Amino acid sequence: MARGISPTRKIGMTVLAWAVGFLIFFPILWTVLTSFKTELDAIAIPPKFLVFDWTTENYAAIQEQRNYFSFLMNSIYLSLGSTALGLLIAIPAAWAMAFSPTKRTKDVLLWMLSTKMMPAVGALVPITILFRNFGLLDSRIGLIVILCLINLPIIVWMLYTYFKEIPGEILEAARMDGASLVKEITQVLTPMALPGIASTILLNVILAWNEAFWTLLLTTTNAAPLSAFIASFSSPQGNFYAKLSAASTLAIAPILIIGWFSQKQLVRGLTFGAVK
Amino acid sequence: MATLHTKSAARAMMAPAVIALFVWMIVPLALTLWFSTLRYSFYGIDTPFVGFENYTYFLTDPRFLSAFQNTLILVLGVLFVTVVGGTLIALLLDQAFFGQSAVRLLVLAPFFVMPTVAALVWKNMMMNPVYGVISQVLAALGLPPVDWLNNYPLLSIIIIVAWQWLPFATLILLTSLQSLSEDQKEAAEMDGAGPLSIFFYITLPHMKRAITVVILIQTIFILSIYAEIFVTTGGGTSSSNLTFFIATLIQLDGDVGTASAGGIVAVILANIVSIFLVRLVGKNLEA
Amino acid sequence: MYLNRLIAGAASLLALTVSAGAQTTLTIGTVNNSDMIRMQGLTDEFTKAHPDITVNWVTLEENVLRQRVTTDIATNGGQFDIMTIGTYEVPIWSKQGWLAPLDNLGQAYDVDDILPPIRNALSTDGQLFAAPFYAESVMTLYRTDLLEKAGLTMPEKPTWTFISEAAEKMTDKDAGVYGICLRGKPGWGENMAFLGNMAREFGANYFDASWQPQFESDGWKQAVTLYVDLMTKYGPPGAASNGFNENLSLFGQGKCGMWMDATVAASFVTDPKQSQVPDKVGFAPAPCGIDNCPNEGANWLWAWSLAIPQSSQKKEAAQTFIAWATSKDYLDLVASKEGWANVPPGTRTSLYENPEYTKAAPFAEATLAAINKADPSAGENKPYVGLQFAAIPEFQGLGTAVGQVMAAALSGQQSVDQALAAAQAQATREMTRAGYIK
Repeated sequence: MARGISPTRKIGMTVLAWAVGFLIFFPILWTVLTSFKTELDAIAIPPKFLVFDWTTENYAAIQEQRNYFSFLMNSIYLSLGSTALGLLIAIPAAWAMAFSPTKRTKDVLLWMLSTKMMPAVGALVPITILFRNFGLLDSRIGLIVILCLINLPIIVWMLYTYFKEIPGEILEAARMDGASLVKEITQVLTPMALPGIASTILLNVILAWNEAFWTLLLTTTNAAPLSAFIASFSSPQGNFYAKLSAASTLAIAPILIIGWFSQKQLVRGLTFGAVK
Repeated sequence: MATLHTKSAARAMMAPAVIALFVWMIVPLALTLWFSTLRYSFYGIDTPFVGFENYTYFLTDPRFLSAFQNTLILVLGVLFVTVVGGTLIALLLDQAFFGQSAVRLLVLAPFFVMPTVAALVWKNMMMNPVYGVISQVLAALGLPPVDWLNNYPLLSIIIIVAWQWLPFATLILLTSLQSLSEDQKEAAEMDGAGPLSIFFYITLPHMKRAITVVILIQTIFILSIYAEIFVTTGGGTSSSNLTFFIATLIQLDGDVGTASAGGIVAVILANIVSIFLVRLVGKNLEA
Repeated sequence: MYLNRLIAGAASLLALTVSAGAQTTLTIGTVNNSDMIRMQGLTDEFTKAHPDITVNWVTLEENVLRQRVTTDIATNGGQFDIMTIGTYEVPIWSKQGWLAPLDNLGQAYDVDDILPPIRNALSTDGQLFAAPFYAESVMTLYRTDLLEKAGLTMPEKPTWTFISEAAEKMTDKDAGVYGICLRGKPGWGENMAFLGNMAREFGANYFDASWQPQFESDGWKQAVTLYVDLMTKYGPPGAASNGFNENLSLFGQGKCGMWMDATVAASFVTDPKQSQVPDKVGFAPAPCGIDNCPNEGANWLWAWSLAIPQSSQKKEAAQTFIAWATSKDYLDLVASKEGWANVPPGTRTSLYENPEYTKAAPFAEATLAAINKADPSAGENKPYVGLQFAAIPEFQGLGTAVGQVMAAALSGQQSVDQALAAAQAQATREMTRAGYIK
């Protein structure tokens, strides 16, 4: 960046970068715009970009039909719950792998990741039957456990790469000073690891929020999150683009806003040790 | 540091995660293995042992081969688009321009979109041959509309999935790019290297590790793509992957036995892929 | 976690003490079709009359709903107290012992008022296992203005030859008018419902008496060849992804000249709120491809119905709800709120004897005639129950696989002969394994 850059080049790059950004963002922008159109405007030819009768009738119609907030609350419960449970299990594991690695640490790590490659459908019938027997169908607790297990490998790996960046000498020094293990963890390591933990939380919340296989199959009403909400609005009778857009906007808006606000943390943590 | 004491402590700390994942893997796997040897249907009265019959039936189904091909094309296609596209966009975002953080937000956005929503939006609002934005743009340019999902089903799904994963690839590659020291590039420039040879001899090798991570993580997720196919084409030989094909066996035929055999076959194939990936990662991720 | 459970426990304890008068909560799974969404909107009327029952709706897109309820009922999950299923599921599921008989619908319900073909389709051994919410057969919907412009008149009993001619003359692609719209979206309940019906209009069934699949028979060949030909020449673009809903919206926008589909479509396309051509729609029987074709062309019978899974713990309350939602009073209720034309059609004789209804619904007569002509029972050359489907468990998977091949033929990825050969091979393979073909 330090080099001198000609203003024409900078302007050219600005145009190009904004064009690319706009293109990538366009489907989302179009969905949000469509959600404020009437059903007829939504399928107008040629399409109406900004000049149309803005209306919130689609949102009203959707809210009348399904209570958005109960789905939203479940999405929040499930993503936060599974993340909390996941951290509880993953932090000690990642910690141990990072600070007392053995020959097999890498193998264990890769094995964990490989469990994610198992096709979920294989487990469909066993899990449904187990859930029924334990009375976990349509319960948040049951889904929290499933979502936690699905994302656990990713959490462990992210935390591991983060913890590994913490220099071992600091630990040694703390130990020399006679710090107890508890002190070592709470006062020395945790502060250093916090940014990593934060970005892990973010990624896991996003992944759990967007999971749409188990959340759809194991819930009816009490635990049904936004993935089930959207399944009510895909291709009903009549014109539906505007209502579908409104439902889509409602389903993605919370996580999009959270993601945008915390993108710095997220991006920093997303590297999975790719950048040294 | 690795005293006996810390070693056993380390084991104790790893135990919950390892045990949880082991159970999560082994219980369904064992049950699937068991079911795969039974004639087990939602509609059958009993579940007699049939040995390998489910496997031969699954493997000789013409839909298996197409699903296998589609899985490979899907994974490789998405990886290609996201790695190449991600690198190009990362190079662009690494330049100096006005509104860097705003553009970065725009590029990041698809990552937060639920797969189901992404598929619905693309199917209806973008790719619909009559009302879709793409058709409208083509029409404005005087070109005939394209019936994406019917004529190019797999390509359409690749586009949708690649759109979702492009932000991820871009950001990892961008972070890696930004860690490349200017000094190195400048030194190369002094030596008279052009931008292309700088890219191929300095930038790309530097990003090798980041590209490896992108490939690893994305492969894991893309192997099990389901919602995008369900919403857009609903399967068929031209677009269903292994995951989707196996799911249809349960959900439409109620044939748990054959689906379980398919599940085991998929696990074996996934393991072959993961061995390949581990090799790749092992080489490039050595600390 | 612990705290969470504690709070949840305390809350449920509180809930228990508050509602000492045993409150029953029903969970109802249903499709997101307009009539069901209307029923959902009228739930308050039910709970007002039955304050001890509360209702939870799980409204899902058709394919998602099918997966959910099938997995649930087959694994005895017990997540639903009422399921919305069709005439395909009822005979199979009731034989599996998965459904609770509807034997307590009450005096006022008047089971005998249900149209006989529908009642038969929902009964096993004379016992009703599901109550019809709305029912349909097949008809030809056409634009009277466009047909007139083409200089043709719709015969009383149209043939496919006439339809082809009309489709050609009505098509005006520059004006965005397509002569014919038909289902193309793959699925046993989507394009195969139409194609199975069309094949019968050419005299062909899914299976013959010895359960041999018939996809390479003359009837199927003629039907599919004509179908692909008509849709390629006169159909809308992207037809291979159009299902009922997509065609409904195309027709409602005035883009289709003719449309052969479920009779329920009639009430939507004549509704000025949903259609731009409400007063330009004519109704005719489904066309025949051969002389004296079976059921005079009406080879389609379907009823979206409410049924109670055996796994439900609240069967009594569930029957109370079903008795309400499929009653004559419910029809009156909808009529008073939305007008007679929007009443769920096809289920009760009394509705078709009601002059207010027949006046408000110009399609009533045609609908009733089609339903009464549709005879799904098994016969000498047709070992299975069903017209546009075959009521055997294997049909869902098989029909969908064949439907996908047909969609590929429609979008030009395969020739018709290739598609039918592939369908035949796939079906033979599955039927052999399932033990039908000896």
